[in-house]
Amino acid sequence: MWMYALRRLILTIPILLGVTVICFALVQLAPGDPVQSLVRPDATPEQIQSLRAFYGLDQPLVIQYLLWLWRVLGGNFGMSISTNLPVATEVLRAFQNTIVIALISVVIAFIVSMILGVIAATRPGSIVDRLVTAIAVFGISVPTFWLAVVLVIFFAVELGWLPATGMGGGSDTFNYLDWNDFKFAIMPIIALALPPLAIMTRTTRSSLSEILNQDFIQTLRAKGLSEFSIIVHAVRNIMPSAVAMLGLQLGYLIGGSVLVETVFTWPGTGFLLNKAILTRDLPLLQGTILVLATAFVLINLVVDLAQSLVDPRIKRS
Amino acid sequence: MTDIPAGSLHIDKAQAAPASKVRGYWGSVWNRLRYDYVTLSCMALIAVIVLLAVFAPWIAPMDPDKSSMANRLRPIGYKKFLLGTDEQGRDMLSRLLWGGRNSLLMGIVPVIFATTIGGAFGVVAGYYGGKVNMVIMRTMDVFFAFPSVLLAVAIAGSLGGGIFNQMLTLTVVLIPPICRVAETATSQVRSLDFVDAARASGASTISILFSHVLINVLSPVLVYSSTLVSISIILAAGLSFLGLGVAPPTADWGLMLSTLRQSIYVQPLIAALPGVAILITSIAFNLVSDGLRQAMDVKA
Repeated sequence: MWMYALRRLILTIPILLGVTVICFALVQLAPGDPVQSLVRPDATPEQIQSLRAFYGLDQPLVIQYLLWLWRVLGGNFGMSISTNLPVATEVLRAFQNTIVIALISVVIAFIVSMILGVIAATRPGSIVDRLVTAIAVFGISVPTFWLAVVLVIFFAVELGWLPATGMGGGSDTFNYLDWNDFKFAIMPIIALALPPLAIMTRTTRSSLSEILNQDFIQTLRAKGLSEFSIIVHAVRNIMPSAVAMLGLQLGYLIGGSVLVETVFTWPGTGFLLNKAILTRDLPLLQGTILVLATAFVLINLVVDLAQSLVDPRIKRS
Repeated sequence: MTDIPAGSLHIDKAQAAPASKVRGYWGSVWNRLRYDYVTLSCMALIAVIVLLAVFAPWIAPMDPDKSSMANRLRPIGYKKFLLGTDEQGRDMLSRLLWGGRNSLLMGIVPVIFATTIGGAFGVVAGYYGGKVNMVIMRTMDVFFAFPSVLLAVAIAGSLGGGIFNQMLTLTVVLIPPICRVAETATSQVRSLDFVDAARASGASTISILFSHVLINVLSPVLVYSSTLVSISIILAAGLSFLGLGVAPPTADWGLMLSTLRQSIYVQPLIAALPGVAILITSIAFNLVSDGLRQAMDVKA
C-alpha cells in the first residue's frame, strides 16, 4: 500500500513540472513581444523596463522558465493587468466559488446516476433504461453553455423563479445555506451536473449489468437472497470505480466550467478566465490555468490513492 | 460539455487479422450496419447537414451579413424571414446555414489532422516501445493533466482568436487522446504472432508497419476519432462563444449563441436556435460513431 502511494506520488512530480512548462509556454505563444502582452497599453518605458527585469526577459528561455518557476513556487503569480491585483489573490477567491458549485453538482450527479443506473441495469429494456440511454446521448452531445442559456430562458425569463445571473450580494457575503443566496447557484449547478450525470449513469448501468451477469450473483440468488440484497452486493462491487469516476468528473468540472460560469456570470475561475481572455490579461490567464490544472492533477492523485485503499486489486498492478 | 473519453481500446485477437482478410472484415461491418436504422438515419442527417452547409451560398434565401435596423429580432415566420432575425436584423435561416460551414469545418478538419499526427506518434511509440515510447507517451501524459476545455481555452486564449488559431488549438487538444489509443492498439497488435512471422520471414520494418500493423490499428483509431468529431464541434462552438473563434460578423453557431444571449428577453426562441443546430449535429455524429463502434466490433 505505502509503496504504491509513494510511487504514485513520485510519478505526479514530472506531470506537475510538465504542467508548469505548458503554462510558461502560454505567454510565449502569444503573438508579439511578451512584454507588450504583459503590460497595459499605456505603460511607461520605465514600467516596461522594470517588467523586463522582473521576468528576466533578457535571459535565455530556460533561465526565464526557472526564474518564473521559482516565483510561482513561492506563490507569486505576477500581477493582473486589468485589475492590478496579485493574480494569486484573484484566483484563490474565484477558486472557492468554483469548487463549491462543482462539488455540489458532482455529488448530485453521482446520487442521481446511481439511482438511474441501478434501475436501468436491473430492468433492461424498461422505460427508465431507455430514458438512461437518451440522457446519456443528450448529456454528451449538448453544449453546456447552450443548456445554460436555455435554463435562463426557462427559469428566469419565462417563469421568473430564479435570478438569471450573478451571485446576489457578492462572493464575500454569499451564504450557501441562505435560500435567497442559494437561488443564484441553482442553475449553474444544474447546467454543470448534466454531463457528468450522463456519463456516470451510462457507466453505472454498463458496469452493473456486467456484474449482475456474473456467477456469484447466481450463487446469491440460489442462496435465496432477496433481489434487494443482491443489488446491494452488486453495487458494492462497482463502488470503487464509481467513486473514482466521481473524482475524475469533479476535476473536469473544475477545469471545464468556463462556459457555464460565463453564461451565469458566476464569479469563479471560469468567469475569471473569460475576463482574462476578453481583456487579454495573460498573467491572469496563465495563473488561473496553472492553478486549475494543478488542482486537476491533485484530484486525480487523491482519487487514485483513495481507490487503492478501497480496492486491494489495484495495489498489485 | 463532456470531456474527451478516456482512450483505451481493446483489440480482440480474433479481430486483428493479417492484411489479406481485411475485405471480409469490412464486408461484415457493412452487413451489420445495414440493419442499424438509427445509425443509417443519423448518417443521412449528417449528409443533409453537410450538403446544406456546402451549398449555403446557393440555398440561403438572404445575405447572412446584411443587417436591417428596421427588422431587428423579428419572430419566427415574420414575413420573408422563415426563422426570424437576429439582433442586427439579419436573416437567422441564412446565418444558420452559413454558420454550419464553420462548425462542420471545425468538427472535421482538426480531427483529421489530429488523427494523422497523433496516430503517427502513437503507432511509432507502440511499435518501437522502450525509450521512444517513454518520451512520446510521457509528453502526452502532461497534456492529459488538463481537462480538454481548459487546454483549449488556454491555448486559444494565448494565441488569440481567428479560424486558423481555432483549428490549431483543437488539433493540439485532440492529438494526445488519439495518440494514446493508437499506442495501445499498436502495442497489442505488435505482439501478435503474424507480426512475428512477418519479421521472421525478413519483412522490413516499413512493410510490417504499413501492411500488417497499420491496417489493424486503423479501425479502432478511426472509430475513436469519429467520437471526437462531436467533441470538436462543441469545443469549437465553446471557443467561438468566448470570442476565440471567427471574428464577427461571420456567421458561426457558437458566436451567434453568444451575441444572441443579450436578446433572450425579447426573442428567447431565436436565441436558442444556434444551440439547437449544434445539438442536432453533435447528437447525429455521436450516434453514428456509436453505431460504427458496434458494427466494427471495437470494444471501448
